[in-house]
This record gives sequence, structure tokens and C-alpha cells, in this order.
Amino acid sequence: MALSIEDIKKIAHLARIEVSEGDAAATLSKLTGILGLIEQMQAVDTTGIVPMSHSQDLSQRLRDDVVTKVNLREEFQKNAPALGNGSSEPAVADGLYLVPKVIE
Amino acid sequence: MINSSLKQLGDMLQTKKISSVELTQSFLSRISEYNPAINAYIALDEAKTLAQAKAADALIASGSALPLTGIPIAQKDIFCAKGWQTTCGSKMLANFIAPYDAQVISQFDAVGAVNLGKTNMDEFAMGSSNETSYFGGVKNPWDFDRVPGGSSGGSAAAVAARLCAAATGTDTGGSIRQPASLCGLTGLKPTYGVVSRYGMIAFASSLDQAGPMAKSAEDCALMMNVMAGFDERDSTSLQREKEDYTRDLNKPLHGLRIGLPKEFFAEGLDANVGNVIEGAIAEYKKLGAEIVEISLPNTGLSIPVYYVLAPAEASSNLSRYDGVRYGHRAAEYTDLMDMYCKSRAEGFGAEVKRRILIGTYVLSAGYYDAYYLKAQQIRRLIAQDFIEAFKQCDVIMGPAAPSTAFKAGEKVDDPVAMYLQDIYTISTNLAGLPGMSVPAGFSAGSDGKALPVGLQIIGNYFDEARMLNVAHQYQQVTDWHTRMPELKASGDLA
Repeated sequence: MALSIEDIKKIAHLARIEVSEGDAAATLSKLTGILGLIEQMQAVDTTGIVPMSHSQDLSQRLRDDVVTKVNLREEFQKNAPALGNGSSEPAVADGLYLVPKVIE
Repeated sequence: MINSSLKQLGDMLQTKKISSVELTQSFLSRISEYNPAINAYIALDEAKTLAQAKAADALIASGSALPLTGIPIAQKDIFCAKGWQTTCGSKMLANFIAPYDAQVISQFDAVGAVNLGKTNMDEFAMGSSNETSYFGGVKNPWDFDRVPGGSSGGSAAAVAARLCAAATGTDTGGSIRQPASLCGLTGLKPTYGVVSRYGMIAFASSLDQAGPMAKSAEDCALMMNVMAGFDERDSTSLQREKEDYTRDLNKPLHGLRIGLPKEFFAEGLDANVGNVIEGAIAEYKKLGAEIVEISLPNTGLSIPVYYVLAPAEASSNLSRYDGVRYGHRAAEYTDLMDMYCKSRAEGFGAEVKRRILIGTYVLSAGYYDAYYLKAQQIRRLIAQDFIEAFKQCDVIMGPAAPSTAFKAGEKVDDPVAMYLQDIYTISTNLAGLPGMSVPAGFSAGSDGKALPVGLQIIGNYFDEARMLNVAHQYQQVTDWHTRMPELKASGDLA
């Protein structure tokens, strides 16, 4: 399955990573090499083999339905990034995080 | 003193021959002398480190010291440590100050060990040379032109250069064992689920496992006694009885069955590395071990399978970095989508982006069965190879890496060549098995400098104590693990 520049742009959009035209061409050649490596899998007959998602056959543990975490909002908000677009202030206000307007 | 074992250091501290503050100061002064050239540490904080050393001295004075109390340990920068810059080697987290402690950090704190600093690593643990770090490459202390391996390259270089008493690492596809091999250390990746992943920045969650990187098997056993244990905050942490990993160190090896997989000695293995490994096997025969020829037929498939599963998991895990609540946010953007795309394009390096894209592709509509499901099926075949092999032997041995340390820049533009570095280590991560690298000798590089070679020991599930015993007995009759590189102070470097 050969990838195209358009595929790279589509995948990059799905991954929310901006790529320039130049980056897309360079990425295409590297990803084509990696997919060539991955392609070796197709030679193996895996009919009837149960997929292994994890090395330990675990079931999810349940815990008591009690509060286990304390509110560390102020502590966490110290790591807020700078707002951007000319402002170096932290992207927080009244305990909330600031992002561009998404609802008209 | 810098060459002393953890046990010797513990004895010196508890008999008051030296204080933790003095010991810590001596490592800090070595760090200020050598680290500017080696670049093993990303973050140092003398005030915090010395405060812990003082607290450790008080603990020792009160008579309640434990084996690692007061001993300076370097922590891979993948572990959140409260109040410490915690970057995972990425521009994305360059300004991130961890608001809480990883379980591994809490465990070392609880025994009064001293956090000496955060060590350099490949960005988000993706790499085998430490060259993908946003904070620059790390020099291999044995030859400054060469890489220390990766992703735990900073921890490996710090132990090799004696810039710490021991260090922590993490291993998703070989990131403890390959750098341990390239830097001449003893490193252990435990069985998946033995060490808590809480607060350890996620790369590929079904494969990531933390472990010790140290000068000897005995040191690794003492580190494991601190690091291993159930943690309810990690949903894949295993509920098991606490073990003493030193309990079997002194058992004789007579009758030990060592499996040698023919696939680990085939094409692709450097001939000199192969000779060193055969020398180590001969030593084990002298110790009374029996050699069994085994086969792990799907070894070659472990790399293709890994480069589907690990990027798939990474693309999901790394979707959290969106520039909203922490991490890098682009300086200029138009709308929310533009903010995401620019923040991630700027915050991640080239290799991390490649893996996110591969992961996104293999999980995308129409390709899931051909890639992700297929990889999970072959993962089972790889795990079954080991189950069959362990019916015939007690441990498996082979090289940890196909070559000695390579030169900086040699493979950085060729991802596929870089990925092949982990050909002997990845299969144990896929199976969830424990693996070690143990110094087994040296091989001369192209320019004549002696470079370390690591023997890999793979054990069955939860067989870490036996593996440590197997490594320790070898270290009683060899001295490879005691060798250290000759270092020049940073000021001497042109």
C-alpha cells in the first residue's frame, strides 16, 4: 500500500499536527520506509490466532466508590501555557483554561 | 568511593564513615565537572537534592536507615517528581513542573534515597541513541564520539561515568537493556506489571516498564526491592507478595539450563559482539550451566509488530498534548484547530511526529485489521515462542544489542536502521517477560577504542530473582562490570 502526499496530509490532520509541503514530502519517504518494514507481517498466516492486546491476562480491578483524589486545580494551573497571540499571560481565568472561541 | 557498590555505600553511611551530604556533594561535584560535556542530566536542583541528603542523615542518626537511605540516585526524566522540571526529553514539556510524584519517585523517597537529578532521554522514550532529545544528545562515556544508546541514554551515561550511584530507566522496546549494553552497565527490565507506571509519562502502555540501571546485579536487586510492588493507582500493576530480590544471589548455578536461540546469533550480529557473548557462555559452562539450543522463530517479526503496536498506543497516549492545560502552546494561532495543530507541530520532534503519524495511520478506518489486529495476532505467536522455549531451559541468553555503540549521527536520519538496534530486546517487551543486560567484555571499535558489550539474560515471568542470581554469579568470576571509562574534565575538551 503506497502512501501519497495527500495521505500524509490526511493522517497529519487526523493527528492534529501541522505539516508544510516540504515536511510532507520528507515524511512520505520516511514513513514509506517504515511501512515497508511493517509489511513483513503480511507474509504470516494468522488465521484463527487470538489477538494479544496485553501480556498479562488481567481483568479490571474495582475499587470502593469513595473520593480518592483531592482538588489540586491551583497546583495544576501553574503549568498552564502562555495564552499566545501577543499575550504571555497564563491561559487561565477564574479557574478555567482559555482557548479560542469555539461557539458562535 | 564512586566505584563502591550500593551495599558498600550503605555500610559506609550507616557506620558514619561518611554522611549522605558528603556523598551527595561528591557526586554533585563530579556532575559539575563532567556533565557539561556528557549531558547526562536535563535537570539538577542542588538545594532540593541536599535537603534530601540532610533528611537522610537525620534518618541514619535516628537508627532507622534502610538499605538505600542516603544514597544518591539519578531519575530518568520520564518520572514526574513533585516540584522538579519533568520534560520527557521534549520541547512539549520543557516548562512542565510536575505537580505530583510518580510511584517510583515516592518509593525512593520513602526509603530516604536522594534524588540527584533528572536524566536525559530520547524524546518521549522514542529512540535508541538519545539523539531525539530536545535537550541534546548524550556522550557515551567510553567514547565521546559515540552514542550511549537509548532511550535511557542519560541514565546509562550517568552510571557509566559514575555521576550517580545508580539510576532508573524505562524499557518499552529495549530502552534499559540496549543503553546498558552500550555503556557497560547492569540493567533490568522487570516483568510487565511489577513496577508501577503511575506518574511515568506514557509511551506505549502495554509495553512500558521501569527498572534499575546500576553497576552490578546486586545493586539492581537492591533497587528492585525499592521499585517493585503493587500500586492500585496503576490499573496494570500486579497484586503480588513483596519479594526480596537479593534472596537468591548466592545460589550456585550448577545444573542451570541456558537456552541459546539460534535466531539471536544469525545474520545481523556483529562478529566481535558474537565472540564476546560466546566467551560469556563459556564462563557459564565453567560455573556448571548446561547449554540448550532453542529457537524463537518469530524473532524477526518482533520489529514490524512493535512498530505497529507501539506507535498505535503512542498516538493515543500523546493525543493529550494539545496546548490547552499544560505543555507547549504555539505563540500565534487563528482558531482552536489551528492552535492544536501548530502547538503539536512545534512541540514534538521529528521522530515523535513520525510515530504519531504511523500510529494514526495503522488505527485509521480501513487499515485496522491489516495492521493493528494482525500485529496483535503475531504478538501472541512471539509470546508462545517463549512459552515453548522455557519448557526446555531456565533462562535464555544472547546479545542485548547487535553491535557496540555507534557514532553520533550515524543512524539518526535512517529510522529503520535505528529500529534494528532493538532486534534482540523488543520480543521480551511484546511477551511481557523480564530481560537484563550484563557487561560481558569489550570489543574494539573502528578507531580502536574498547567499547562495552552486554550479555542479555531473559527470564520467565516473575523470575527476576533467578536472573539476578545468574548475573551475580557471573560477576563473582568476572570483573567487566567493575571497569569504568577514563574521563577528561569538561575543561579539557576542545
